Amino acid sequence: MNKLILGRYFPGDSWLHRLDPRAKLLAGVYFIFVLFLANNWETYLVLGLFTFAVMRLSDVKFGIYLRGVRPLIWLILFTVFLQILFTAGGEIYLDWGPITISEFGLINGVYIFCRFVMIIFISTVITLTTKPIDLTDAINILLRPLQKLRIPVDELSLMLSISLRFIPNLLDETQKVMDAQRARGTEFGEGSLFRQMKTLVPIFLPLFVSSLNRAEDMANAMEVRGYQSGEKRSIFRQLYWRRRDTLSLFIMILLTTLLIWLRTEGGIGH
Amino acid sequence: MKPIVKVKNLTFKYDKRIEEETLSDLSFTVNQGEWLAVIGHNGSGKSTLAKLLVGLLEPEEGSICIAGLNVNDTMNRNGRSHIGLVFQNPENQFIGTTVEDDVAFGLENINMPYEEMVKRIGKALKLVDMYEFRSHDPSRLSGGQKQRVAIAGMLALKPSLIILDEALVMLDPKSRRELLSTLQHLIKTENITVISITHDMNEAASADRIMILEKGRIVKSGSPSLIFEEQLDLQPPFAERLKRELITRGGEFPENYMTEEEMVRRLCNYCLIV
Repeated sequence: MNKLILGRYFPGDSWLHRLDPRAKLLAGVYFIFVLFLANNWETYLVLGLFTFAVMRLSDVKFGIYLRGVRPLIWLILFTVFLQILFTAGGEIYLDWGPITISEFGLINGVYIFCRFVMIIFISTVITLTTKPIDLTDAINILLRPLQKLRIPVDELSLMLSISLRFIPNLLDETQKVMDAQRARGTEFGEGSLFRQMKTLVPIFLPLFVSSLNRAEDMANAMEVRGYQSGEKRSIFRQLYWRRRDTLSLFIMILLTTLLIWLRTEGGIGH
Repeated sequence: MKPIVKVKNLTFKYDKRIEEETLSDLSFTVNQGEWLAVIGHNGSGKSTLAKLLVGLLEPEEGSICIAGLNVNDTMNRNGRSHIGLVFQNPENQFIGTTVEDDVAFGLENINMPYEEMVKRIGKALKLVDMYEFRSHDPSRLSGGQKQRVAIAGMLALKPSLIILDEALVMLDPKSRRELLSTLQHLIKTENITVISITHDMNEAASADRIMILEKGRIVKSGSPSLIFEEQLDLQPPFAERLKRELITRGGEFPENYMTEEEMVRRLCNYCLIV
């Protein structure tokens, strides 16, 4: 569980930590769109430098980011592989029936790889420097307009924040159930794959039952404290938009202009 | 003294197919400003009573009137905001991601402005002695601390009726005593009514009145001294036991129930006389 970096928060007090979660989220999503403007090595270099600078700003060690990429590396390599095999154009290095490795294929593969890694790095920066609950609040506020389409944004974000609050409890409980089963002679992580899967059943069943009980208690407690879905609620966790937040969005616009100026018209090789 | 809670012929069962009733034909009233302790064995229907009182469950027969309103007709947000209920398990009542957030939850529900919320939260947390922990998350708190937060969350709403469903069990004896006296003080100054469901005889002894439930019926109701004298199978608080023991050995003590403090004073005087 501790190996998963994506979605974890690292407490700190860097410039990025202090940024409003709404600004971070907006800039992050915007960055992913801007990535698609890049189509030559200059633009990728600019984006790479930008990503690197942002990562440095977060005060988090570089190794931690690399650990964030690790669980996704096979997915990335698979996509890159497909890209190399099925893109045609330029000089052909290998011709093997329907499969060809061409110049453009290779270049595209490298670009796709960079794009993936940058997306992961930037989203890791956001989650590492923002408390999950702040992120939930930001999502709630940014998605507010969707309420006009009768999407229950407030309820969804409350659900999200309650789930976040119960993650440590569930982990504790899993540990407890595992200990209890161990005391009864179950051995985890041994035997064939099928046997290992079978040992999970006596963990998940009690966990499900206790989660359901917990949910009922919780619903009672919420109701007693006057919660009613669909009613207007005030917000205790206030977010403050400061000058640096506006500045960060301004930097994103500058980045866009730079990319548009550097990019080659008509794609690769023209 | 006017009654704030009026329960009349209350009957309830969880499963309509079975004969046995969880609560059968319960009738009682609680006066404004009174502290009523409900005691009884496990399964005697105490917690069910609490849930019925706040309208989480619907009675099969009978009626519950709180502050002149029928619980089952008007159980909307306005009806509930003046009743506070704290459950036994503090873990499952903790909704916020930090102590402050959790206390704020109830206030957010009544759409209270931010500045007012900050004031109320600060006050409530100071009352239960949890103010320094306001930005902690629940995983860093002990069971007793979480229970204090749950009580703060309820107090912040300024209820006129408080129901404690074994809400003090997770606390160690010392902090339980402290919190109990804080609550008692609050109740006197703000004229709050308390129904406390408990197994703790010290808590019950400090109530104005005790009601004993057994198999969904009220078997006895009266002042703590009366109950402890008559109901011999109850383990009375230490002071009461000491008094009885001393009486059998020829000591002279008043008939009525004495708190620990009264006992100490009495004993000191006693020594001086001898």
